Amino acid sequence: MEYFLKLFLSGTAKGSIYALIALGYTMVYGIIQLINFAHGEIYMIGGFTALILGGFFFSNSMPVWLVLLFSVLLSIIYASAFGYTIEKIAYRPLRGKPRLSALISAIGVSIVLQNFVLLAQTEKFMPFPSYLPEFSWLQPYKEYINSTQLIILGVTAIIMVFLTLLIKFTRIGKAMRATAQDMHMAQLVGVDVNQVISVTFIIGSSLAAIGGVLICSYMGQINYYIGFVAGIKAFVAAVLGGIGSIPGAVLGSFILGWTESLGTGYISSDYEDAFAFVILIVILLIKPDGILGRTQRQKV
Amino acid sequence: MKRTYMLLAVFALAGLMVFSGAQNAFAAPTIKIGVAGAHTGDLASYGLPSVNAAKLVVKNINDKGGINGQKVELVIEDDQCKPELATNAAAKLVSAKVVAVIGHICSGATKAALGIYKDSKIVTISPSATNPPLTQSGEYPNFFRTIAPDDAQAKLAATFLAKTLKLKKIAVLHDKGDYGKGFAELVKQYAEEYGVQVPLFEGINPGAPDYSAVVNKISNAKVDGVVWGGYHPEASKLVQQMKDKGMNIPFISDDGVKDNTFIEVAGKYAEGVYATGPTDTSTNALAIKAIEEHKKTFGTEPGAFFLNAYAATQALLNAIEKAGSTDYNKIVAALKSNYVDTPLGHISFDQKGDIIGFGFSVYQVKNGVFVELK
Repeated sequence: MEYFLKLFLSGTAKGSIYALIALGYTMVYGIIQLINFAHGEIYMIGGFTALILGGFFFSNSMPVWLVLLFSVLLSIIYASAFGYTIEKIAYRPLRGKPRLSALISAIGVSIVLQNFVLLAQTEKFMPFPSYLPEFSWLQPYKEYINSTQLIILGVTAIIMVFLTLLIKFTRIGKAMRATAQDMHMAQLVGVDVNQVISVTFIIGSSLAAIGGVLICSYMGQINYYIGFVAGIKAFVAAVLGGIGSIPGAVLGSFILGWTESLGTGYISSDYEDAFAFVILIVILLIKPDGILGRTQRQKV
Repeated sequence: MKRTYMLLAVFALAGLMVFSGAQNAFAAPTIKIGVAGAHTGDLASYGLPSVNAAKLVVKNINDKGGINGQKVELVIEDDQCKPELATNAAAKLVSAKVVAVIGHICSGATKAALGIYKDSKIVTISPSATNPPLTQSGEYPNFFRTIAPDDAQAKLAATFLAKTLKLKKIAVLHDKGDYGKGFAELVKQYAEEYGVQVPLFEGINPGAPDYSAVVNKISNAKVDGVVWGGYHPEASKLVQQMKDKGMNIPFISDDGVKDNTFIEVAGKYAEGVYATGPTDTSTNALAIKAIEEHKKTFGTEPGAFFLNAYAATQALLNAIEKAGSTDYNKIVAALKSNYVDTPLGHISFDQKGDIIGFGFSVYQVKNGVFVELK
């Protein structure tokens, strides 16, 4: 039982890592039905920005919480700028074209960004300092969960609630929902669709940057390729939960995390990916739109 | 083109024989040593440094008056690392009446040539053929090598954890790659031969953000050590997550982890980690001297397996000197019973022909650097 609990908690921690990235995926998809493959790279760039800024601030002997605050804020700004620009350059010109074009463009952006960081920064693995506080009261339970995992879990929950509220109750949220339902109609009633989509990308990229800082702090290392592996898993999680749905992305991530963790614990880690994809296939067979996905009606 | 080279080589060789024959007409006959390996073709860079090494050692010894009053002479044959050419080269060396051969370079070519040398009772010392069965099959009593076989690293890690650390139960993890999994499987095999239990043997996904599930599994298996076959990015995540959960059991890994990047990335978590890696020769005075000699004579930095070939030639000439003759049995016995100081260290050969005193060493991270454990 104790073993099960440990595996369950490690699955939860893993799930919240996936969820941090999956939330951004699902949000962009929910509004413009585009799978933004570059999302994983934005997450990586967020992490790198924090690494560089953190090194700079630390060398100026700032207190850790200030370093964390500044690095996170600045990497959010930097990553959002990337997200905004990518949308403008790579996706907007393809709006209204076949959906496959934008998808291929997204894959292209992802490769360009990876190689940009590879060339402009380094091909090596870099140590990532921990910006996050250690809770001493958690020390007795360290076999179960550590401070960083708890923080990631907490941040995921906060972001999920924040996004849900944003979309349900604010003006921009209403505009997002309108754009998601029918872009032309939204334009006709006076919604500035371009602005709404830009804001969506900015929010999505900010989430990726937060994820980058937290997850890299947890892993203790960073390299230009980390966005790819994490991005694929987060994408699977988002599809599992019903892509486009915010609670769905979180639920899908947890299911993925638990499956992998329990599969590893009770069967073998050799088949970790196999468990993930088997569960994806099973759920898609039963519910083709994912667990919390809305059934898409054919528009006529 | 190739034909021209071959022709030239034959003429050169013939010329050499005539020339040396004439010169030594009244002196004691020379001791002929063959040097075989890839000297042309795409693997020439593996073979040519050995020729240079043999030339340097032979020159040094001839300058001192040779061995037992006899000068040493090299007979050089090219096999391009191809088994079919290796048998040709071997046949030529046999008919040139060489006493011993330094070579061949590639394992496949070496294996092809070894049968011929064995039948003609010619001692063969390879500086670079790492294929384990060449010595371990016991098929070639005439074969020796101055390089550790492919499985030596795993054997060393297993011996270290079983005999030095005295672990009873270990978990073996790998990254599912050729290198990591190969190492892990051999460690498991050798450790089990020592009576160590391996209740957990698993591959993990390289690049994954989190290994806490498998770390829980390790802790649940109640092992007293972890072996990792793979590279440093995963190793640093594993040690970090293990230590975060309060597990302070030995972590033993391979050459893929014995890299300073591992220490940079894992930071304080790297402390105490064991890793095997090739024995360090950079501080060996003889190695420094041999490299200097090479630079002076040939004007370049020596290439691959230079030191191994240098040591092989030294060991061979020393054995001939100790044996007092060029008799096959005496040379073999002398190789196995004498230690020689070479650029690789103080070396000898075991009963199977594998090198003793050089190969892989165990390193441990102490105060942020890998320190060789003696």
